Amino acid sequence: MLIKIAKPSDLRESDVTPESIYLSRRRFMGGVAGLGAGLAISGSVRANADYSDVPEGNAPAWLKEKISATEWKAVTPRDPEKDSLTPFDDASGYNNFYEFGSGKTDPARRAGSLKTEPWSVVVDGEVNNGGRFSLEDIARPSQFEERIYRLRCVEAWSMVIPWLGMPLAEVIKRAEPTSKANYVRFETLVDPEQMPGQRSSFSLIDWPYVEGLRMDEAMHPLTLLAMGMYGRELPNQNGAPLRLVVPWKYGFKSIKSIVRISLVEEQPVNSWQLIAPNEYGFYANVNPQVDHPRWSQATERRLPNSLFRPNTMDTLMFNGYADDVAELYAGLDLRTNY
Amino acid sequence: MPAQRLWLLWRVGVFLAALTPLLVWGWQVAVNAAGPEPGRYLLLNIGIGALWMLLLTLSLTPLTKLTRWKGFALIRRQLGLWTLAYATLHMASYALFILGLDWSLLASELVKRPYIIVGTLALIGLAVLGATSNRWAMRRLGKRWKPLHRLSYPILGLVLLHFFWVVRADLSEWVMYAVLAALIMATRLPPVARSLPRLRYRFSRT
Repeated sequence: MLIKIAKPSDLRESDVTPESIYLSRRRFMGGVAGLGAGLAISGSVRANADYSDVPEGNAPAWLKEKISATEWKAVTPRDPEKDSLTPFDDASGYNNFYEFGSGKTDPARRAGSLKTEPWSVVVDGEVNNGGRFSLEDIARPSQFEERIYRLRCVEAWSMVIPWLGMPLAEVIKRAEPTSKANYVRFETLVDPEQMPGQRSSFSLIDWPYVEGLRMDEAMHPLTLLAMGMYGRELPNQNGAPLRLVVPWKYGFKSIKSIVRISLVEEQPVNSWQLIAPNEYGFYANVNPQVDHPRWSQATERRLPNSLFRPNTMDTLMFNGYADDVAELYAGLDLRTNY
Repeated sequence: MPAQRLWLLWRVGVFLAALTPLLVWGWQVAVNAAGPEPGRYLLLNIGIGALWMLLLTLSLTPLTKLTRWKGFALIRRQLGLWTLAYATLHMASYALFILGLDWSLLASELVKRPYIIVGTLALIGLAVLGATSNRWAMRRLGKRWKPLHRLSYPILGLVLLHFFWVVRADLSEWVMYAVLAALIMATRLPPVARSLPRLRYRFSRT
């Protein structure tokens, strides 16, 4: 029998400050910072000189501090020539975030209405140390890392994006999963007032957007919980304030604007699998050999491209991360488990 | 100005109006305002443009019945040919900008993907109608011309099906076009078609 002795630093659910008190504290601190301390922290000190042309965001002071202490370039592409960074304007101006509309430029145009501060995340399910945590509480114990990952969309386009965040494994470990925790299920915010896409009567998505990972995928060191990109906090349209990044899977697995992380016993049904099970599976590993029913996945268009330079390149197995993750799927038929 | 000149002006005006969207999209691409994937920008815009042209072409007959204005009938062939032009450019954008003119890939996609098969069938149908839209073909076909050109109705159905299969998360836009198409086709139902001239009569008296 495993006898678990609580460390002094361990938190019980009863230790979690109720949100109302937490928020009033935040308001108080904000007021103090505004009196003068703001100069020291939230001045125009750039977190990283590489991103001098990236517009400065509007991050709270604690997040700016966190970002400035980032371990820069913790993971970089093997071939920086081929996988050069996608310009910030493209990465933040052209993406899918159906909560804000189905067009590629809808998120950038409409996500301004999302209120990311305050934000809290519920961690529940098969855990001993669950509860509702503020964003700051989730970030505080971890060291931020910059991870430059390829992002391969299931629609056959790709980008290279420098994320800032911490391994999901650290957050899960802190929640103390029970032996029944086989999968992790994630949920995006539902708030039709802030998210115009959720107001559409002809939406095929049954909100909230749900994604899931197998426990070993979630604990894999490449799996990132991101709060920033390009040396700043996440723009709203990219899934602020907290999103998942799983670089060896198609982009839709990397759920945005997370409000709930549940450790569960059964495999969750993710939103796209629910809409079109013949097109989107649970695993969604990048795989050039298994086509989407409507297009080939053998190649991808690296964006930005131009009319007569489509920038087409071969798609790599597990998006080029096979050395790190292939062993997770040993013995699994990837053709049926797409 | 003699009436002939005015009609010519009307037709030239319609020509320029139908050309304008292509120039605007082309300009957006030229000044780098079309986003990081300009090929897809053209592909989607021209595709929707083709659907608009088809819907406009098919609304000319009911509009003529409703108003008896000669101008609508005068631009029917032109708009039909614009539909074909937009659809051809849509297909060309796909082959050029999405597939990078990889002919073997194009050949395999053309037979493998249902939505592309359906779109290609619609394009072939439009090409047949375009090829038989001149006076010589009309004379040669005689009474068979009209039933042949009713192919535009199933083509509209194919185009909507093609569009439906591309939609991923939200049907709002598709539903709008489907409703428009249904309204335009409803004017061809015999009872509705018969009542259109009567409607005009009532309007002209009030």
